[in-house]
Amino acid sequence: MAKQQSPVLVNLREKAEAVYHKILKKQQPELDMPLRALSNVKYDDRGGYFELMGKKKARTLTASTVKTFAQTLRMMALSKELIEGDDIATKREAYYVSKNWDEARFNEQPESDAIMDDVEAMMMVNREQIGFIPEEKGGDIAGQMIVIDRDADNGKELRIDCTKFGSGAYSIPSSVEGLRFETNATFILAIETAGMFQRLVKHNYWKKANCILISLGGVPTRACRRFIRKLSDEHKLPVYVFADGDPYAYGSIYRTLKVGSGNAAHINQFFCVPQAKFLGVTPQDIIDYKLPTHPLKDVDFKKIKDLIKNDPFIIHHKEWQKALLQMSTMKVRAEQQALAKWGLNYVIEKYLPDKIKKVDGFLP
Amino acid sequence: MEQPIAHEMAKRQREIGVAEFFSRNRHLLGFDSKRKALLTTIKEAVDNSLDACEEAEILPEIHVEVIDMGSDRFRVIVEDNGPGIVKKQIPNIFARLLYGSKFFKLAQSRGQQGIGISASVLYAQLTTGKPARIISKISPNDPAHYYELKIDTQKNQPLIMTDEVKEWSKEHGTRIELDLEGSYLGGSQSMDQYLKQTAIVNPHVTLIYTNPKAEQLIFPRAVETAPPKAVEIKPHPYGVELGTLMDLLRATKAPSVQSFFVNEFSRVGHGTAKQICQGAAILPSTKPAEINRDMAEKLIKSIQATKIVAPPTDCISPIGAELLEKGLKKEINAEFYCAATRPPNVYRGNPFVIEAGFAYGGEQLADKSVSIYRFANRVPLLYQQGACASAKAVMSTNWRSYGLSQSQGSLPIGPLTIAIHIASVWVPFTSESKEAIAHYPEIIREMRLALQEVGRQLGSYISKKRRMHAESKKRDYIQTYIPHVSDALKEILGFSDSDKETVEKMLVSILEKHRGELKDVAMENTEYNEEFARIGKGKTSDDDDGEERSADNGNGEDCKAPDKKKNAGYQQTL
Repeated sequence: MAKQQSPVLVNLREKAEAVYHKILKKQQPELDMPLRALSNVKYDDRGGYFELMGKKKARTLTASTVKTFAQTLRMMALSKELIEGDDIATKREAYYVSKNWDEARFNEQPESDAIMDDVEAMMMVNREQIGFIPEEKGGDIAGQMIVIDRDADNGKELRIDCTKFGSGAYSIPSSVEGLRFETNATFILAIETAGMFQRLVKHNYWKKANCILISLGGVPTRACRRFIRKLSDEHKLPVYVFADGDPYAYGSIYRTLKVGSGNAAHINQFFCVPQAKFLGVTPQDIIDYKLPTHPLKDVDFKKIKDLIKNDPFIIHHKEWQKALLQMSTMKVRAEQQALAKWGLNYVIEKYLPDKIKKVDGFLP
Repeated sequence: MEQPIAHEMAKRQREIGVAEFFSRNRHLLGFDSKRKALLTTIKEAVDNSLDACEEAEILPEIHVEVIDMGSDRFRVIVEDNGPGIVKKQIPNIFARLLYGSKFFKLAQSRGQQGIGISASVLYAQLTTGKPARIISKISPNDPAHYYELKIDTQKNQPLIMTDEVKEWSKEHGTRIELDLEGSYLGGSQSMDQYLKQTAIVNPHVTLIYTNPKAEQLIFPRAVETAPPKAVEIKPHPYGVELGTLMDLLRATKAPSVQSFFVNEFSRVGHGTAKQICQGAAILPSTKPAEINRDMAEKLIKSIQATKIVAPPTDCISPIGAELLEKGLKKEINAEFYCAATRPPNVYRGNPFVIEAGFAYGGEQLADKSVSIYRFANRVPLLYQQGACASAKAVMSTNWRSYGLSQSQGSLPIGPLTIAIHIASVWVPFTSESKEAIAHYPEIIREMRLALQEVGRQLGSYISKKRRMHAESKKRDYIQTYIPHVSDALKEILGFSDSDKETVEKMLVSILEKHRGELKDVAMENTEYNEEFARIGKGKTSDDDDGEERSADNGNGEDCKAPDKKKNAGYQQTL
């Protein structure tokens, strides 16, 4: 893993030295970091992910920024300590470490998280590489695969068979770089809701379809995205996304899984799954399968408008604009579980098999 | 056959003597409590002395002595170096109500109606039965006349008890001695406070005051020039009412209505007079005596429709912003002072000038309502603040934009003293006791403009102070976090402690390079006089701000509850 690698340490040192030399020259020191926002990404069609554009934000040392400046340097020092000691700290732990910094301590964790994100972006690395790990867990896995991990005590290989969890599931760890996989499944099915995941696991759908089921649990975490990406890359598996039929599922859940997010723009390249395709529920599905619906709310219309206008990914794909406009005219949305209207196992017996026969019809 | 009852009732119907009326309604004149009676008596006597001195262009030197005679009785002695009073007039001036010179002319003066001093004489007579003792001398070559006077309350005529010539060492002047019931308490509504505030706004006056504790306080004059002599002006047509107009028409010696207007009013020339007559469809050559009520009413309407130049305003002599500020400095130990004098304005044909001065911060309490010092023609007003136009003006000014807190429609909260002065040829009071200024919109508006003018200066001072405060806080902030910057750099780069010191020194100079010097913005006040400021602050617990509490402050004082309705009615009928 990257922990032992000195490039990050060297980089840290260089940044600190630049500050130091500026100070000695009686000039205002600066720390540059890329601006992490949707306005600073462009959709790279060839790579298939959100790529950072050149906009930077500079944290210049002035009377009013002196506190944040000190905190940023403190956080860099903590990171250096972690890397050198081959240790890790969760975001929450880092927040507690700051309690030793007297007046420079953080009052709330979001403050320390923001500074941590700044340091991460400044170094252009994934936060695990600077010694910080998130608390969030990745997502659940069931299906035709074996995960190869190592025992933390003796370093022995652990083989985890994901077919043997019964009605339960394997959890993706927060750091997935060290994992390897064995599988002969034919595709990965990423599912938005835990409820639908449970239904498919219970009826061993993965056996019938020879696939791997992954529960996203809302917007997928970095670890989850990285896990799917690694698995898909290494075994050339197509990835199909099965989510609710609403603007949030399209624009936030699916979009983030496929091309990354604005906030993590500096690492999207590795933390997204460009090969993902959208299986459903599409606006057309709502009509074709005569699904029960809910009316769209004002926020939904707003989200649709915003996506069409500002999201570089949606702007690039006419199909998505069409789908969103179609939903906007229909004025309704539908949940995955709405398929239960035709029987509890309709999704297994009819909907998914039908859909998977026409992969070319999936939304990009 | 019985007589109609009306005949029986007619036996009891007779004229009410004006003095009789006031002896029953003494609260209308400011004698509603023993404490206030003492203040009012001194105030009337001092006001008269100052008016007389100023009219005679003499720098006033006034002695005030109050002697405690026991059982709530006090002897009040007020002596001035004024022009004196001719023998014939002494009884009328001191022992006849509504007798005086100031009612008939429009000029800036303290007294107006000719009630004040004779009302004090009446009150003294009612409470102790003793006559007023007056001595007056008009020049070194004339004898000093000594009178003992009472008032015949039914006839409103002086009763002369003693009339003799006395030896008096003074070159000229007047001295009055009264025995009356009263009560002496310190505090913001005491005679001590009144005399002190008088000294503040009349820096040309020397006041020597011996209080009932036999302590002598001297307020020496601060300037050697008297304010310009009050100029008398004729009434302006816009201010005249129907009844007054008819009275004037009857009294005039002018041969025609046209010349009547030219002679009796200010700012009316022959052209304007003709225009007024034409507007009323009356021949300019008509004899004034021939004008009946209907015609007079037409004239009033025509006056309002005619464009007439505003009255002259050079007849007003304000205190001046500089002297007002100086007075405040003497009284209040604050950190910032400012004052402004507004240009003259006109209400009902009467010119007036508003002045305001502020003393901000220092030893004043920040969580209390502001204090207001009110003055009318250089006379302090101590009672009925709530009913005064100035309070209304203060409350309707938006103080938040000047950095004070204020809830809707009330006095602002903050460490501030406001002095507000109205100078006019005729100050409209809400009652004869002259405690509150009537709510004329023009006056309130001018007061508000004056407050805003001074308020802007205050606002910029307060924001400057805040900036300085923020600046010094920011410096602390910088000092707090610089060690963290150097510590963190030291941890990453592993440099020595001496390097760390260098870094910190550099950081201080980088961060403070663009910051100006910290300045203390407070004004220096060398005028403040602690002893002076303490006068009249002995007791404050029973001070009232409004009329209600003075009526029932339960000190066993002989206060008649002032009846507000009656008060207002009286104002209209007088």
